[in-house]
Amino acid sequence: MGNDLVLRVVTKWLSPIIVLFALYVQFHGDYSPGGGFQAGVIFSSAILLYALTYGLDAALKVIPESALKICASFGVLLYAGVGVVSMLKGGNFLNYSVLLSDPVAGQHIGIIIIELGVGITVASVMILLFFTFARRVAPE
Amino acid sequence: MLEYVAGHVNYWLIIVVMMVGLYTLISRTNLMKKLAGLAMFQTAVILFYVSLGKVKDGTVPIVDDAYEIYSNPLPQVLMLTAIVVGVATTALGFALVIRIKESYDSIEEDEINKLDQDA
Amino acid sequence: MTEQLTILLVVIPLLSAPITAIFKNHLLTWAITLSVSIVCFAISGVILAEVIDGKHVIYELGGWRPPWGIEYKIDSLNAFIALIVSGIAVVSGIFSFRSAPSEIDTTQSGLFYAAFQLCLLGLLGIALTGDIFNLFVFLEISSLSSYALISMGRKRQALTASFAYLILGTIGATFFLIGVGFLYAASGSLNIADIAERFSSFEDMQLVVTAFIFILLGIALKAAIFPLHSWLPNAYGFAPSTVSIFLSATATKVSIYVLLRVLFDLYPIAYWQELLIPQLLLVLGCVGVIYGSVRAWQQVEIKRLLAFSSVAQIGYIVIGIALLTETGLTAAVLHLFNHAIIKATLFIGAGILVYRANSTKLSDLRGFGASMPWTFFAMAFAGLSLIGVPGTVGFVTKWYLLEAAIQQSKWIVVGAIVIGSVFAIAYVWKIVEALYFNSKRKIHIQHVKSGDINIPSASKSMGLALWLGAIACLYFGLFTNIPFNAANAVAKALLGM
Repeated sequence: MGNDLVLRVVTKWLSPIIVLFALYVQFHGDYSPGGGFQAGVIFSSAILLYALTYGLDAALKVIPESALKICASFGVLLYAGVGVVSMLKGGNFLNYSVLLSDPVAGQHIGIIIIELGVGITVASVMILLFFTFARRVAPE
Repeated sequence: MLEYVAGHVNYWLIIVVMMVGLYTLISRTNLMKKLAGLAMFQTAVILFYVSLGKVKDGTVPIVDDAYEIYSNPLPQVLMLTAIVVGVATTALGFALVIRIKESYDSIEEDEINKLDQDA
Repeated sequence: MTEQLTILLVVIPLLSAPITAIFKNHLLTWAITLSVSIVCFAISGVILAEVIDGKHVIYELGGWRPPWGIEYKIDSLNAFIALIVSGIAVVSGIFSFRSAPSEIDTTQSGLFYAAFQLCLLGLLGIALTGDIFNLFVFLEISSLSSYALISMGRKRQALTASFAYLILGTIGATFFLIGVGFLYAASGSLNIADIAERFSSFEDMQLVVTAFIFILLGIALKAAIFPLHSWLPNAYGFAPSTVSIFLSATATKVSIYVLLRVLFDLYPIAYWQELLIPQLLLVLGCVGVIYGSVRAWQQVEIKRLLAFSSVAQIGYIVIGIALLTETGLTAAVLHLFNHAIIKATLFIGAGILVYRANSTKLSDLRGFGASMPWTFFAMAFAGLSLIGVPGTVGFVTKWYLLEAAIQQSKWIVVGAIVIGSVFAIAYVWKIVEALYFNSKRKIHIQHVKSGDINIPSASKSMGLALWLGAIACLYFGLFTNIPFNAANAVAKALLGM
């Protein structure tokens, strides 16, 4: 597919918009439908589109695999870390209200960080899955 | 009777999807098709939960003064998790199928069983 | 303080698993795994000591009040199961120090141990949570990681075994999910205690029966209750030794625990007595005992033999549950504990055979016991426990189980237990005979793949794991009151006495 002009041009224009939309879904998730799962999948679809059009090697230059592996772990740690912080602040695990002195603000910051963790993990795992399978089928 | 059938149309459709999935899963020997059946089976359950949460005349569960009746958001939240589980299962299944293909050179269940018995 | 400890049981593996996955070094990842297991074991012990006399520890996740939030409600059964799971994790962790590098590609040891910790996380989560959907999620976490772990076995049959387990396990989990959906539609709640409390208000709905059947089927598949056991022998037979030890001793036990929760806490006992479920379980248990024992006796490979014996042992547990008396239920809960120890010890023995002789075929191992007397002795001892010889843990449960069956004059059940035990003697003898008696044929030992023929004996860590198990078999067989009191407290609580 790499030689199709239409695909190459459209992908170049579309990828940033998809990423932007993913970030919107990610960070507006506490007010409107959205959140980490959806944002992560949308984000990964941008990379997948890029990889499908320009090939696996080009996509690996954008995001190296080792970085993805670390990101996948980091997201889970971020999630669990918020829970641990709330425990250290005297609340139960994942009780966001104790994160800040104002419980409502605490809930806000808590859910945003949690969803960020989810988003990072989902995005990197989805991309990793694609890369892993793509490499098996067509060795470079 | 007709009212009963028409009133539960979502459930009939879900049952059809579920049974197609389960039948594919049981009847096919091709491992990829088995996984496809499994994914359909899981999808049917996801649809089932989502349609459980629908409240008659209810709107999207985002608080707004203009509406009074909201659909139940909980089943959808639950299904978010179930979808993730489904994705993970399918991905793991595909990974296994690829490795089976690499070591047996086949993804037909009966051929693989034969190879195992010969060994 | 104990409240916060309960969640730590889940949080510690949750934090350590992603960290472990990054590293590749075997020693480091192994050390993380073992320390996590030991910490979890210690925490479980503290919690069990707290709740043994009927107290509850309640933990509300995120500070949300149940039934809206997820609640962890720990009673003696939860803590008991958590203790078994983390204890076995410690033993298999010790064992894996030498075994894992010989069976798993060293570049993958980080991922292997991460999956191991995730499996531990899932099993502990199932044992602790009081929310039925949360239970499903943990069930899938443990199942998915165990599919991955099983597929890491050295033979290629491990892949097909893992795939078959994946298909059946997912069907089981999905059935469970459908059941939970029906129950949610009827009750509007996911909290086990809340559903049980308001059960009479929606008891008459058809949905509730359907939900029960789906949930029961799903769990029976996961617990490998006869006739839904077909995934088990291959999965445990071809898995890497460490995984065989861990899963055989914990995974089905935890599913049985879910069964206990559903039968005794979620649904009222009278409700499913009307559906003739006790009779059904009793028949399945008896047939499972005989079938599992006979099939085990037919096997020519130690690991598959032990796996089929697990099917039989699950049958004993199911019989104990289905008898519905205090003695029977005590025997069932006690057997969860005893069988975990016995099977772990025997699988450790089989793992040592794999490590030293690279084979588990009985015909390859003839006379091999002479070159490893201590291992052989420990294995034989665990085998005696499996049969139920007085002085070992196995005897205690068989005794109570027989007593419970005789009390109710269920002579067919008594017969099934006796026949099962006779075949247990036969299949344990098969192992002992093969290892002890030399054949005229020259012993042919296929050494490990690395070509290292200088493995003089099992490594110290393996021996330590084996003897921990064997001594536990003896200790809890002679001093039965510790596990018995715990099991009896659990049985009384389940029956509402």
